[in-house]
Amino acid sequence: MGRVWSWVVAFGRFWYHFIIGDDWTVAAAVAVGLILTWFLNSAHITAWWLVPLIVVTMLGLSLRRANPKT
Amino acid sequence: MTGPAVVLITTFLASAVEAIEMVTIVLGVGATRGWRSTLVGVGAGFGVLAVVVAALGLALSRVPIGPLRLIVGALLLVFGLQWFRKGVMRVAAHGLAGIRLHPEDEPPEWSGEGFDWLAFVLSFKGVVLEGLEVAFIVVSFGANANQLGAAVIGGVGAVVIIGAIGLVLHGPVSRIPRSLLQLVVGILLTTFGTFWSLEGLGVEWPGSDGAILGLLALYLLTAATYITIERRRVLGFNPGT
Repeated sequence: MGRVWSWVVAFGRFWYHFIIGDDWTVAAAVAVGLILTWFLNSAHITAWWLVPLIVVTMLGLSLRRANPKT
Repeated sequence: MTGPAVVLITTFLASAVEAIEMVTIVLGVGATRGWRSTLVGVGAGFGVLAVVVAALGLALSRVPIGPLRLIVGALLLVFGLQWFRKGVMRVAAHGLAGIRLHPEDEPPEWSGEGFDWLAFVLSFKGVVLEGLEVAFIVVSFGANANQLGAAVIGGVGAVVIIGAIGLVLHGPVSRIPRSLLQLVVGILLTTFGTFWSLEGLGVEWPGSDGAILGLLALYLLTAATYITIERRRVLGFNPGT
């Protein structure tokens, strides 16, 4: 039982690090971007630009948070 | 009816685009994380593909690939962004010359006793998704033109030839400094992840597959910009002084 539990914990930890990593806000913003894109696309509004814009913006914000020295 | 040569060339070219994406991911992950787990992921991916193709045969063309593109694309996107971010920080901190002069500053390649699941999952997903796309191309072109044999030769030929080119390139790629490689692979994963996840949502990209090059250019420009900003802001490097 203990072995199974440790495997489950390791499995969960792996996927946490794979998806969330060092900055959860980036993954959350990408998720929001995909949902918004789905809504816009469903309404027949051109939406391919949204996720690339979120990627570029969130990367800059995340880098700034990682190195706050200014 | 379309002739076998036309079907062969068409499926070869269409499959080559997917194969390039597959080999790029495998090559980047293998060079960054090590080859053993990456190649196990490739083998497992082809194993799953073989089972799926054998089980479904021509019915494969009726399987909806959109949800798979969305899931794999979204996972590659969020993971690729992590490497993108770390790559920018490391290249900004060390610079290209610095990386070569002080390789000990670089994080170690995967050297654990156990299996590198990260490399496995990344290469497995790349092979399964791109391999399925090649299978779809083969089945749809081959069945519609009633030239399945020529389509199979075109699809398999593309994967074998692009795979062989990847094999030749793996030596030079492995010699690229790891921090730079992590940045490049991060950009590539983010590019493919963005493209696939939005395709999975049913979004039509301007220029179809050509949009991948546009995304790549955007993210390369983003990397260059953020590296410059980071070097000036955090490290105080100023080329003018």
